Amino acid sequence: MTKTVAQAAAIDRTAEGRRTVVEARDLSLVFETADGPVHALANVDLTIGENEFVSFIGPSGCGKTTLMRVIADLEQPTGGTISINGMTPSEARERRAYGYVFQAAALYPWRSVERNIALPLEIMGIPRAERKRRIEHYLDLVNLGGFGKKMPWQLSGGMQQRVSIARALCFDPDLLLMDEPFGALDEITRDHLNEQLIQLWAQTRKTVVFVTHSIPEAVFLSSKIVVMSPRPGRILKVIDCNLPADRRLDIRETPEFLAIAHEVREGLRAGHSYDD
Amino acid sequence: MTTDAATAGGRPAPGLWARLRDGRTLPILTVLGCLLIAWYVGAIFMNADIVRDTFKRQGKTYTTAELVDATWSMERPILPAPHQIAVEINETVFQKKITSKRSLVYHTWITASATLLGFVFGTVLGVLIAVCIVHVRTLDRSLMPWVITSQTIPILAIAPMIIVVLASVNLVGLIPKSIISMYLCFFPVTIGMVKGLRSPDVMQRDLMRTYSASQMQVFWKLRLPASVPFLFTSLKVAIAISLVGAIVGELPTGAVAGIGARLLAGSYYGQTIQIWSALVVASLLGMVLVFAVSAIERLVLSQMGAQR
Repeated sequence: MTKTVAQAAAIDRTAEGRRTVVEARDLSLVFETADGPVHALANVDLTIGENEFVSFIGPSGCGKTTLMRVIADLEQPTGGTISINGMTPSEARERRAYGYVFQAAALYPWRSVERNIALPLEIMGIPRAERKRRIEHYLDLVNLGGFGKKMPWQLSGGMQQRVSIARALCFDPDLLLMDEPFGALDEITRDHLNEQLIQLWAQTRKTVVFVTHSIPEAVFLSSKIVVMSPRPGRILKVIDCNLPADRRLDIRETPEFLAIAHEVREGLRAGHSYDD
Repeated sequence: MTTDAATAGGRPAPGLWARLRDGRTLPILTVLGCLLIAWYVGAIFMNADIVRDTFKRQGKTYTTAELVDATWSMERPILPAPHQIAVEINETVFQKKITSKRSLVYHTWITASATLLGFVFGTVLGVLIAVCIVHVRTLDRSLMPWVITSQTIPILAIAPMIIVVLASVNLVGLIPKSIISMYLCFFPVTIGMVKGLRSPDVMQRDLMRTYSASQMQVFWKLRLPASVPFLFTSLKVAIAISLVGAIVGELPTGAVAGIGARLLAGSYYGQTIQIWSALVVASLLGMVLVFAVSAIERLVLSQMGAQR
């Protein structure tokens, strides 16, 4: 069963000819709560190809985080199918196929920055010397070289979130799942980190899935924007967004950028997302 | 950083008065002073009747000053004055050889060793129970009610039983007392550790799940370090009641040594000064033990990078 799925995935290509990383068909998830069932996801069809940067955008409660958690095997769907690299989400998780960046940095306060980054490496049994090399490499990658000995509370929110990105990257997963990673940060820090993230994506060529509720952030970062609406959480529209790879923040003033942002906003409005 | 350095360099060292006003020493000394005054006044009222009777039997006339002076210097007062206790403590702590059966240091050591051994037993037992409760759902529901029930039994009722049962298997002296201490002090450790081991939030646990970490890894790398602050809070309570357990354990055995034995002997012979000096030394011992645990706590937490 698994094998046939894997074989099917090996020849699966997206419309652009990329290898398929995430494939969801008619996915749904119903939470049973005391107030009755809540349809967090309904009829979700989605294909994410290799090296894509896909953003889920929508208002609170539209299921964008839930969809990401299903990909990460942190929630179980109640209907439909989903595969990650041709495997079930739980197989993918056991093979450490993805790195996850949470809404908060979630650093362990009793570990220094470098030992926080070492955490997944320790769990995966990577030898000390190799750990040291990787910590140094990924700290440099997120522009935090020399901060390894600091404790988390000594860093600003933006720096902490960069540590958590280094922690998600250090075991070199192909897929990076980011759940509103900059949601709690001020706009100036967020702009700065967006620019760093786009460079990081260009350097590492990871497949990135990114949850946000900021339209400019989604348009600036993504190669594909998935517009979602709540009650039940479903996909309204998928918008391609291929801005030049070496983009800078000032691209946000260009007509191309504004046209895509307008399209996203229209999509959200179509889902009555602004009504309440 | 720079502002800190500037204020530290720019501001002159605070004077004695400012340090007294802002520090904790003055408030503590004020409360101590009030207590001592209340104590001396209390001693006059508690002991006055006996002193009046004595004077009457001797057919002596007396002034108020003589009466007050007499209430503060009786041999077996109902409430001894603080200086009488201080004199007794000085004699039994500093004037006797510490190996002497009459030295309070000797008795304190006997009790302290039972306290510490019981504390170690209790901590180990408490942590083990907490680990089981957190990891096994069945034990959470079956064991926890018994843990709570165990503390509803008065220790004074169960202590003699423990002593008798253990004596029948030839366990006497230090061990039975330690077991009574353990019985009292495992409880706060269990409660605190259960809370501490469960303290990691959803995100911290989900993170471990994304790494497919094993239960052992989650325990050693997340649950245990997260529980350390909770553990120390419990340990400070545990060491104090471990001392109570050790003293209670000395009462029903007719023990010949230990602070409990001094209390018992004092009450047999109406030696109130001896009882009070044993009490004062016991509370000093308790303070020292709690301070020691606090010091270890500060050391461990600073090693773990706690915010200063």
